[in-house]
Amino acid sequence: MQIARETLLRSYRAMRTIRDFEERLHVEFATGEIPGFVHLYCGEEASGVGVCANLTDNDTISSTHRGHGHCIAKGVEVSGMMAEIYGKSTGVCRGKGGSMHIADFSRGMLGANGIVGGGPPLMCGAALSHKTLKDGGIAVAFYGDGASNEGTTLESLNLATVWKLPVVFVVEDNGYGEATGSSFAVAGTQKDRAAGFGMPYLECDGSDFFAVYQTAGEAIAHARAGNGPIMLHVHLQRWYGHFEGDAMTYRAAGEVAEAKRDHDCLDLFRKKVTEAGLLEHAELDAIDEAVRDEIESSVVAAKAAPLPEPADLLADVYVRY
Amino acid sequence: MSKKSFRQAINEAMRLEMRRDPRVIIMGEDVAGGQGGTSGVVDAWGGVLGVTKGLYTEFGPERVLDTPITEASYIGAAAGAAATGLRPVAELMFVDFVGSCLDQIMNQTAKFRYMFGGKARTPLVIRAMFGAGFNAAAQHSQALYPLFTHIPGLKVVIPSSPYEAKGLLIEAIRDDDPVIFLEHKVMYDDEEEVPDEAYTIPFGEANLTREGDDVTIVAFGRMVKLANEAADKLERQGISCTVIDPRTTSPLDRDTILDCVADTGRLVIVDESSPRCNMAADISALVAEEAFDALKAPIRRVIPPHTPVPFASVLEALYLPDAAKIEAAVKAVMNHKVTEAA
Amino acid sequence: MNASITPITMPKFGLAMTEGKLAGWMVRPGATVKAGDDLADIETSKITNAYESPAAGVLRRQVAQEGEMLAVGALIGVLADADTSDADIDAFIAQFNAEFSAGAAESADDTPPEPSVIDVKGRALRVLDIGHGDGDPIVLIHGFGGDIGNWLFNHAALASNRRVIAFDLPGHGGSGKDVGPGSLEFFSSVVVDLLDTLGIERAHLVAHSLGGGVALTTVKNAPSRVASLALLAPAGLGPDINMAFIDGFISADRQKTLIPVLSYLVHDKGLIGRKMADDVLRYKRLDGAVDALRQVAAANFADGHQTDNLRPVLESVPPTLVIWGKDDEILPSSHAAELPDAITVEILPDTGHMPQMEQSEEVNSKIRTFLAR
Ligand SMILES: Cc1ncc(C[n+]2csc(CCOP(=O)(O)OP(=O)(O)O)c2C)c(N)n1
Ligand SMILES: [Mg+2]
Repeated sequence: MQIARETLLRSYRAMRTIRDFEERLHVEFATGEIPGFVHLYCGEEASGVGVCANLTDNDTISSTHRGHGHCIAKGVEVSGMMAEIYGKSTGVCRGKGGSMHIADFSRGMLGANGIVGGGPPLMCGAALSHKTLKDGGIAVAFYGDGASNEGTTLESLNLATVWKLPVVFVVEDNGYGEATGSSFAVAGTQKDRAAGFGMPYLECDGSDFFAVYQTAGEAIAHARAGNGPIMLHVHLQRWYGHFEGDAMTYRAAGEVAEAKRDHDCLDLFRKKVTEAGLLEHAELDAIDEAVRDEIESSVVAAKAAPLPEPADLLADVYVRY
Repeated sequence: MSKKSFRQAINEAMRLEMRRDPRVIIMGEDVAGGQGGTSGVVDAWGGVLGVTKGLYTEFGPERVLDTPITEASYIGAAAGAAATGLRPVAELMFVDFVGSCLDQIMNQTAKFRYMFGGKARTPLVIRAMFGAGFNAAAQHSQALYPLFTHIPGLKVVIPSSPYEAKGLLIEAIRDDDPVIFLEHKVMYDDEEEVPDEAYTIPFGEANLTREGDDVTIVAFGRMVKLANEAADKLERQGISCTVIDPRTTSPLDRDTILDCVADTGRLVIVDESSPRCNMAADISALVAEEAFDALKAPIRRVIPPHTPVPFASVLEALYLPDAAKIEAAVKAVMNHKVTEAA
Repeated sequence: MNASITPITMPKFGLAMTEGKLAGWMVRPGATVKAGDDLADIETSKITNAYESPAAGVLRRQVAQEGEMLAVGALIGVLADADTSDADIDAFIAQFNAEFSAGAAESADDTPPEPSVIDVKGRALRVLDIGHGDGDPIVLIHGFGGDIGNWLFNHAALASNRRVIAFDLPGHGGSGKDVGPGSLEFFSSVVVDLLDTLGIERAHLVAHSLGGGVALTTVKNAPSRVASLALLAPAGLGPDINMAFIDGFISADRQKTLIPVLSYLVHDKGLIGRKMADDVLRYKRLDGAVDALRQVAAANFADGHQTDNLRPVLESVPPTLVIWGKDDEILPSSHAAELPDAITVEILPDTGHMPQMEQSEEVNSKIRTFLAR
């Protein structure tokens, strides 16, 4: 597989940024300073980044409640995200959305989503726009194993097939929807579900950036070529609780520790690229350091940023009213 | 009798009714939690905010059913089960998720009895948490009770304290009609004395949490507490208020509201739901129509603006009614001067 | 303040947490930790969760004890490097706590004694047992639909030098709702059971209304257990009973319909407020309460008259005081006429069926004088 050095560096940086962003939030949330719900994407970085590395700003994605990773992978500005999570006026949504509703249309990021199963129908629509306007773009719906059971998701698989839409349905399967395991909640398999709609299906190990990058590349090429929708099933592990505050008593002792030890996408990436002589340790270290600074300054800036103004409350309910 | 939280009171209501009646079952996402997990711990959550904790342990998997994330099908299944002999209490988690299953509630459950000429009985309770105040943002903070109140065939309950919650939920479970039971998420740790035994509070009967001569305040759910806080302050300033907690928006205790307005001649309504077509609007219409002559001042509504619920704390605080806003509204109706016609 | 000191504060886990309990420390003082190591278990109303160290360092102080409940943000421990002096740590803790607790001063609580539910030969009875003294204890017996709250103005006053026990009759207040046949005989047997359970050989019975009938029945059946009787508007001394009150009390299910019914109880109608009605409604909403009242009414006032005539019991009673409100609208004060000479009768003017509430001071002092005789 040939991957441009530029892409490798950008992807590593994106994964590291997600990791540091989330781990910092984990610490900051515990201080009580961060309002609302926070769902962390740690452990799943290679999925969002591996998929989005095949996309441009012209392509559209929808995300989930666990949306920080998809945002960063799609190029949303970290400082604006951090400020948003702190509810500041400098946030990407001016403090009106928070962690669960970060969106940046200029990046083709149609929003994290507080409603499970909210994204797939929207991506049918985005794909319809791309197809009708012939702009060459495609749509990617990221959704979880839990969300794969929603009627909206299953209906979207059908609609996208019937309309032959350029959608990639990315099932991010971390084995849990909240505290409930997918072995309990998901009947049949994702593969058979795709087959049921006559949709091609690909799968990959989500801790391996290269696997995701390559498989997603195939899926996206399929959709871009006008062959209709396709499903990409990414196998993942979630490192933290469903949301901050979840003690995860439903998971076996050591499950997360093992994932961190053996399936850390950043470790695996570093090992591969250095062993293959594609990148130097020092280059990666430099990225680590730069990201550390970036996250630190984003937190400092977010804390110091101004609060929204009272007038913001009434703004932007409508375009015109 | 002992001090119990809102959360415990609701849990106890379900527990007592499940012990009393084997047809009562619980279902919802993670109402136990942990099924299919790797530790073997089930009942790991007992609902996202721990309200159903322990029910799985006591009643087992046949009566406490975790569902996949499929609101349309499990809420519909609960209605179907209710129509055929069970008495389900289905938890919708956040009431905002009604978007995913409204057809089953609005077009199916609510209409069975009427459409089928009185033949159906649907003893279904749908529990959900609602309300702003936790920075849960636009999709997890709505106060959608007017939506349900609008639909004939549904009963709608909004408990204002732990005592109220327990008695109203037991009543809901024993009621033969579909009941939407809405719990304000900010109240789960509120505590007060609650009897250990089962008891019921009838629907359609408002509770006066205080009586006064000057102004009638009607408030719902958590707003009842805020209205009483405001009334306490106003009392020290020589303004005495009646505070009405209607308890249920459907049925609505019109008589009590009209009686109190007749006594005080002034009305302030505190409603956390979006202002267009909400309960404040509904009650204003009632009073304007039935008690116009009793009014000494225009009705005042303490309501949020017509916007989604914002995330940032500063904006959320501006959005929500609070004791100071209620106090100001009461003073405004007290200071109203009748202008003589020229 | 020393920059190398990191305060460990009560974390916020999840949306709703405002306080948490330090369930247990997982690191001993003096131990070195890395950022991310588990420091302590924190318990909230929902969950127990491990709290991970936000920084590296030595756990210098466990400020919070295991089991302690603390507000989010309160100091639970102090992390610093090994060469920070103890004095610096102490100063840090003092300053942190001063700043944190400013404005959060706690008010002292002086909660009144709480009733408790006890097992009396298989029955759950709610009992409020207060006071000490040498003499025989007093047992307070309320009437139809009443509870220990009826003695609100009397209980503590009578207990200044004596043990005084109030309890809810079966079917009433916070006691179990099984009233068996609901008869005076039945309630009187429960009184004797209660005395047995509490280890009381002999008691003064201060009893109101239907409770007066219960007390008289107790004298009839177990005379050795009764030291004296103070009867307030007691049942059993005549046939009349206001059935509008009994039926209304059973059927009223809202404040509006209940208040006029409760108004029969008193001379001064202004005493009947929403609060009183609400207390009664709270009791009546309990599963089984209304059925119990129906059973008691059927057993004692079946045809609109009192079933038991207890006047014969008065021929040989221990010392007895009878107090009646002149304007009693439930049981007429004329029932106090023509009692045996040995019995002291006090008719209180401008008083209804609840003399212990309407004329509490006078009733208390008359009972105290009577007992001191
Ligand atoms: C319609 C709807 N139902 C339920 C929820 C509550 N909820 C939020 S996240 C979640 C679990 C989602 O699981 P999954 O799709 O596997 O995503 P993951 O959290 O594992 O990333 C649930 C049930 C919701 N937000 N929206
Ligand atoms: Mg999942």
